[in-house]
Amino acid sequence: MALAHAFARRSHDVIPGRAPALALTVGVVTMVVLVPLAVVVLTASTASWPALWAQLASARDLAAFRLTFGAALLAAAIDVVAGSYVAWVLVRHRFGGTALLDALVDVPLALPTAVAGIALATLYGPHGWAGALLEAHGITVAYTPLGIVLALAFVGFPFVVRAVQPVLAALPADFEEAAATLGASRNATVVRIVFPLLAPAMLAGFALALARGLGEYGSVLFISGNLPLRTEIAPLLIVNRLEEYDYHGAAAIATVLLVSAFALLVAIALLQRRLTSRQVRD
Amino acid sequence: MKTGRLRDVAAVGVAVLVVAGLVVLPLATVFYEALRAGLGAFATVFSEPYAQSAIRLTLIVAAATVAFNTAFGMLAAWTIAKYRFPGKAFLLAAIDLPLTVSPVVAGLAILLTVGPHTLPGAWLLAHGVHIAFAPAGIVLATIFVTFPYVARELTVFLQEQGRELEEAALSMGASVLQTFWRVTLPNAKWALLNGMLLCNARAMGEFGAVSVISGRIRGQTNTVPLHIEILYNENTFVGAFALAASLAMLTMLLSGIRALLEARTHRRPVPDGDALGTAERAREAGLGRIVAAPRIALDVGE
Repeated sequence: MALAHAFARRSHDVIPGRAPALALTVGVVTMVVLVPLAVVVLTASTASWPALWAQLASARDLAAFRLTFGAALLAAAIDVVAGSYVAWVLVRHRFGGTALLDALVDVPLALPTAVAGIALATLYGPHGWAGALLEAHGITVAYTPLGIVLALAFVGFPFVVRAVQPVLAALPADFEEAAATLGASRNATVVRIVFPLLAPAMLAGFALALARGLGEYGSVLFISGNLPLRTEIAPLLIVNRLEEYDYHGAAAIATVLLVSAFALLVAIALLQRRLTSRQVRD
Repeated sequence: MKTGRLRDVAAVGVAVLVVAGLVVLPLATVFYEALRAGLGAFATVFSEPYAQSAIRLTLIVAAATVAFNTAFGMLAAWTIAKYRFPGKAFLLAAIDLPLTVSPVVAGLAILLTVGPHTLPGAWLLAHGVHIAFAPAGIVLATIFVTFPYVARELTVFLQEQGRELEEAALSMGASVLQTFWRVTLPNAKWALLNGMLLCNARAMGEFGAVSVISGRIRGQTNTVPLHIEILYNENTFVGAFALAASLAMLTMLLSGIRALLEARTHRRPVPDGDALGTAERAREAGLGRIVAAPRIALDVGE
């Protein structure tokens, strides 16, 4: 250990150029990422605080936040159930079409959001066949919060599958077999053995889907109908404020979204630390 | 045994239905709507001047974005993988930050930083340089959104490589730049290409960030995703879906090539299951560190 350390210590002396490389990297990251994000927060904070608060607490902004967080939470919850299930089938039930099914899971990530947006709006719109079918049963998807949840579930789905799948694959199948030989029923095995081991990964997938859902714009835009107070999500409200040249108002909403996303990021990191330490301890 | 088999089939069937309903239906809609008026109508869309200029702009923006982010990615990956310095975790987190930022917020950030009412923006405007509502602004917004992809891909690869080869080259008298171009980069070419493909796919499809900064001037600042929106809102569905289908084909083709490259870039996964391969793919898809944890767990378990 001491030897490895001494070697590592020596090695950065061997490769020269640390100072200029580090300075340039940090410089570019600062200019491209940190400065623009800081400007958003700064723009929001230079407005008068009472005015800012009045805007964020206005009926329109509150409705947008409630809708954005509510729809993103619901969509992430749907994704956890559907995504974990599909991950389980992909890992435990290998069949002829496994590779195809596995590849299809990535489609929402590969599809540009505007393309997904018009496809979902057409499919579930009043003239789309899925939309018409559901309409016949009294369920309206397009231009309602339900449509927003659907679009967010679509974009968040791969995040849960890809978070759960590797953990499940690393979990030896004989774990479950052992439980079964010891007389545990199938349900008991899933509830007592598999679920506790998967829970951190499922939670992480949930957080990733949620983070994506909070900021999603393109895939929601077309199906939501964008009615203020009813189906106007927060990212869209930013765009609408900009069209009224209300830069402070747009920046204030953006800051709320940034802080939420950042909080989720920290939560995911903490969760992972727990996940890793537990697996290592085992 | 018989009921076990039946249960397997049922389990797979339900999963197939979930993926079909959630993913395949919207995807099929894109191609169905694009082709429902026939191949002739599909083809005419591409002879329309505004569509052509949108395609041209998207290609230019993607090329500029990939060039910048590749240059930065090589620099960042080299710095992070080959040197030791305090605060490395913060640097990695800062590079990944754009992945968690809403595209609309990203566009707003660029607009508020270099827009016409800001000091740098006004100064540039006075010297005839347009950034907001011009292709330059679209490139900046796209660079922000796709910033981490090449850097992340290459960093992981270089970290796995260690530094023995570089140290050997340097001890034999090569300069740092020679070592990078002749030793490090040739080994990392597939990882680099992988990152560039992902960056390119995201750059071509970017919508939210670009829509804030572009101003949507037809024939001038309209990219393909923005043109799809305009055509859709004008009820020109065949046009919108013809462009959408072409863009989707292209981005999915890039994903497919990436999947094939995977086999070249990485050691093949552990015998049973696809755990490692899946983790790699997930990481590249932008899922980030989360899958790094199971990978570590896997390494420990072996």
